Amino acid sequence: MATSPLQRAQTRLAYMLVLPASLLILVIYIIPIILVFAASLTDYTLVSDHYEFVGLENYRTMFADEGFANALRNTFFYAVLFLPGAFVISLVLAIAIQEQKQFRSVLEVLYFLPVTSTLSAMALVWAALMDSGQGVINATLETFGIPGVNWFGNGNVVLYSLAIISLWSVIGFNMVLFLAGLTAIPQNLYEAAAMDGADHPVDKFFRVTWPMLGPTAMFVAVTSSITAFKLFDTVAILTQGGPDHASEVFLYLAFLEAFEYFNMGYASALSLFFLGIIFVFALVQALFTDRNVQY
Amino acid sequence: MAQLELKNIKKSFGETPVLHDISLDVAHGEFVSLVGQSGCGKSTLLRIIAGLETPDSGDILIDGASVTNSAPKDRNIAMVFQDYALYPHMSVGENMAMPLMMARLPLHARLPGMRSITPAGRRAQPEIRAEVAKVAAQLHIDHLLDRRPAQLSGGQRQRVALGRALVRNPQVFLMDEPLSNLDAKLRVQVRAEITELHASSGLTFVYVTHDQVEAMTMSDRVALMQSGHLLQVGAPNTLYSDPAILDVARFIGSPEINIAAGERVAGRVRLGDVTLPITVDGQGPVQIGIRPETISLPGVAGLATAHPGQGPSLPLNKRMVEDLGPEVLIHGHFAHAPDAPVRIRAQKSDSYGTDDALMRAESLTVTLNPQQLLFFDAHGQRLTAKALETVGAT
Repeated sequence: MATSPLQRAQTRLAYMLVLPASLLILVIYIIPIILVFAASLTDYTLVSDHYEFVGLENYRTMFADEGFANALRNTFFYAVLFLPGAFVISLVLAIAIQEQKQFRSVLEVLYFLPVTSTLSAMALVWAALMDSGQGVINATLETFGIPGVNWFGNGNVVLYSLAIISLWSVIGFNMVLFLAGLTAIPQNLYEAAAMDGADHPVDKFFRVTWPMLGPTAMFVAVTSSITAFKLFDTVAILTQGGPDHASEVFLYLAFLEAFEYFNMGYASALSLFFLGIIFVFALVQALFTDRNVQY
Repeated sequence: MAQLELKNIKKSFGETPVLHDISLDVAHGEFVSLVGQSGCGKSTLLRIIAGLETPDSGDILIDGASVTNSAPKDRNIAMVFQDYALYPHMSVGENMAMPLMMARLPLHARLPGMRSITPAGRRAQPEIRAEVAKVAAQLHIDHLLDRRPAQLSGGQRQRVALGRALVRNPQVFLMDEPLSNLDAKLRVQVRAEITELHASSGLTFVYVTHDQVEAMTMSDRVALMQSGHLLQVGAPNTLYSDPAILDVARFIGSPEINIAAGERVAGRVRLGDVTLPITVDGQGPVQIGIRPETISLPGVAGLATAHPGQGPSLPLNKRMVEDLGPEVLIHGHFAHAPDAPVRIRAQKSDSYGTDDALMRAESLTVTLNPQQLLFFDAHGQRLTAKALETVGAT
């Protein structure tokens, strides 16, 4: 291929411009992933300098491990609780706030406040609120004659409690995303809909709002799914996976294996599995949002 | 077909009044343009007719029945929006079917996915499809029914917007600057198509535009608006040749009408050193409106004379000449008034070349036709003028 000096200089410049970003991606993402993959093929532990190549043994253990199956079940169950709430409640709030004229910004700030707080600190506040003995929530329930709930001590309840806390912390963020999406819908589409007879709120929602929100909704769904699978800090602070592994979710299991039991090789295998799940979600988002580019 | 009446419509946005007491009658099948500069209130008035805005006071009647408090869909009015407002997620066919679906399907059948499941939906579907196809064929967009708006050209989108409005068989057709997003060539073509559509459908049209050429060429009557007031309503030619006030004369006509300062002396009007054979009542200064094509240049070869006979002559200092092919635009000013620009539009008589003498000349002598002059007082109100001792005067 014949290239002029100008073209060659431009090519060189182009490579130099992408170099810093490429280096960062390489150092922060690519190399660690390769190292984790390499570690997952060994029996490396933090307590011993000696390790051996074990092939796919860690993965075989993983799929046979009851703890892994339990963590996967817990994570999916938690996601099923968390996702509809994170999506529907924020969408309903966004639409309600969007139609407010007077207090819109005040409400926006109020709902967004939890996002700005540190979840690990707020988890302690929630622990106090949800305390089975002296918690405000149980006290309130009991004044209405409803028996109190053992929020963190009951294995059948603990995932609901964690989902409630996560919803509280994430709804404001999703709501702001939906608000941005709603604001971007051209007003004249609603006017055209009104002329066409679609002035019933249900029609307005299904004919204009929902289809026009498509890309935003996809983004919120995917980021919320990833958030659901990344559940860790409230578990680590409030339940440590208890009671009896009832709140042992996937990331917490990986953490336990790595930093409590020091099984780095096995923990690496768990991490790569987790990476695979996240990758699927990211792929879904990339595929579906591209189709909607023409909006 | 329907008769539309607006009675004493007033509207303010907060403290800002946008419409002051507008009354307007539109007859059955009439094409009325609301024309004016941006911000004059013409779009607000259209939106009030559509029901997208409510007037602070006043009444809107269609065929004698008040619709002031009716929802847009209950007025049997269709509207084409400036940027068409097509639903980007629907195909052309679905866009056009929307008004019919909303009118004919019960709410439960309109929910997503219910159209083909519910009996009501299944019953209405073929009928709706047939009607959409009919209107699409009429507008020559039947081959586009499966496309999305994003895949269409500007002109095609325009037709889809027209189709969506037509398919519901409205009584009144509203258009908000429908040509402003089209390129110049397409604009002329669509202009003609809309005029034809009006003629063939016999519907009552209300058309908003800031372009006086559109208003003049398409309408039966033009309603000229300025700062929330209706200045004058009349046939295009009436607004052009018989404007009630100076602002109307200024807005209608391209190039803009020339305004020369004159003086009433002993019942006659003086322009510079010339006394015009015109009497105008009252005393003091007058503003003389001179249409660019009514000025003749008898001394210049190759230009057609705009009017026969003699008229008062004035010296003009030429600044430049624009050659448009069949005609020329001459820019300059009367010798006695260097601050008031004068534009002259003159047809070429036979040759398509430009006269060298005209190009070189620095000063020209121009002749005015006293009968075609328009006189306004200092406030812009039209003055009645009477021509004296001129050939053919009545």
